[in-house]
Amino acid sequence: MSVKDKVIGIIAEQAVLEPSDVTMDSTLEDLGIDSLGLVESIFAIEEAFDISVPFNANEPEQSDFDISSVAKIVEGIEKLVAEQHG
Amino acid sequence: MKRVVITGAGTINALGHDVPETLVAMREGRCGIGPLEFRDVERLSIAIGGQVKEFEAEGRFNRQQMTLYDRFTQFTLVAAKEAIAQSGLEFIGELAARAGVVLGTAGGGVSTWDDNYRAVYEEGKNRVHPFVVPKLMNNAACSHISIEYNLKGPSFTVSTACASSNHAMAQAFQMVRSGMAPAMVTGGSESMLCFGGVKAWEGLRVMSKDACRPFSANRNGMVQGEGAGIFVFEEYEHARKRGAEILAEVAGFAMSSDASDIVMPSKQGAARAISGALADARLNPEDVCYINAHGTGTAANDKTECAAVADVFGRHADDLMISSTKSMHGHLIGATGAVELLACIMALRDGVIAPTIGYEEFDPECALDVVPNEAREAKVDVALSNAFAFGGLNAVLALRKV
Repeated sequence: MSVKDKVIGIIAEQAVLEPSDVTMDSTLEDLGIDSLGLVESIFAIEEAFDISVPFNANEPEQSDFDISSVAKIVEGIEKLVAEQHG
Repeated sequence: MKRVVITGAGTINALGHDVPETLVAMREGRCGIGPLEFRDVERLSIAIGGQVKEFEAEGRFNRQQMTLYDRFTQFTLVAAKEAIAQSGLEFIGELAARAGVVLGTAGGGVSTWDDNYRAVYEEGKNRVHPFVVPKLMNNAACSHISIEYNLKGPSFTVSTACASSNHAMAQAFQMVRSGMAPAMVTGGSESMLCFGGVKAWEGLRVMSKDACRPFSANRNGMVQGEGAGIFVFEEYEHARKRGAEILAEVAGFAMSSDASDIVMPSKQGAARAISGALADARLNPEDVCYINAHGTGTAANDKTECAAVADVFGRHADDLMISSTKSMHGHLIGATGAVELLACIMALRDGVIAPTIGYEEFDPECALDVVPNEAREAKVDVALSNAFAFGGLNAVLALRKV
């Protein structure tokens, strides 16, 4: 399974949606994922990829991890996987 | 209804091992937050906290006591000793029969849980010390004060996360005000600074890696502290008759529940607790000179709290001072309201407002006088202490100068 499909699976589960309903340009807000849901998703992502995601809920825009869309999240995780397991 | 006054105060926290030392640190705007020191700290991504340093339980307590006292109980007993000594009360006869202890703690004996889980899970041991349960239970600290000082009236522990102490002190206040008890020992204690305790908080991703900067635009989260704050609440006439020194009057309180989210704060819930405390104390908003804020340094709390204060006080919000001493001692979770009550006492009694240190950048969403970085002298007749807990449970106390 690609990083993209795995991430979409995690986000879909959090949002209680079918993976097909999660598009690359969706935002977490579009999907109804709140701040607590976001923290839970990041935890699931860290577990799934065995990586550490630099994210502080107090300053999401200043974290090194861009969460503005599903595409950005996938891109960020691909980078982290390469860095931490490359 | 009886009037209720504070006749004793005691503490131990990252700023000091007693009240005078703590108040000097608050006055000087000293930071008690630093690198955490305990086993496995290198496995944490959050490595700072307001830890109590140079505190050796050995020597203070005997071997038998050590097997029963978790660190949160040790803190409680140290602070209670100071508070009860200051009050000058001796609990005998009728006073002993009616006086009790109401304490707040969120976690109780967290390091006892931590140490013993480590022993059975990580080290594979199949046996733990027989006193693990009486050591870790949330009411252990409360019970040990009752035992040590012969307090035989109503005693229990309140656990409402970050509002535990304020809820506890509100209960003790009510008991004295209603005439149920002539005096109560109250406050709170917390000691979560161990590997498991901090690891759990890390998971929420609301902790700062560098500093607690309440109300500052560049704030990036809370920093945990530890310690205890213990007070003697006494019926006014009882205190006056015996010529006790009165530190301040507890004038009223209110509690409210957000009934909305398990972690996100609510402006309405906070505002209802603040205005409720004013109504209970029969005060006008204009009477309030100082608020010791909940001020955790998270993005969500500080802007919500400032909005609640602006709602309740209207124009007067710009005239009052509001500071968060968590910037200095960290967030003591279930003990935080108790240690922060000391800043209210200092404001009322000494006319010194503890600052919000670490303040660097103005945040338009926190546009109040947060007493940035330096303590200030001011005549204060009325002070409030805010506590807003996870779970949406709020408790605000109103204090008056005597």
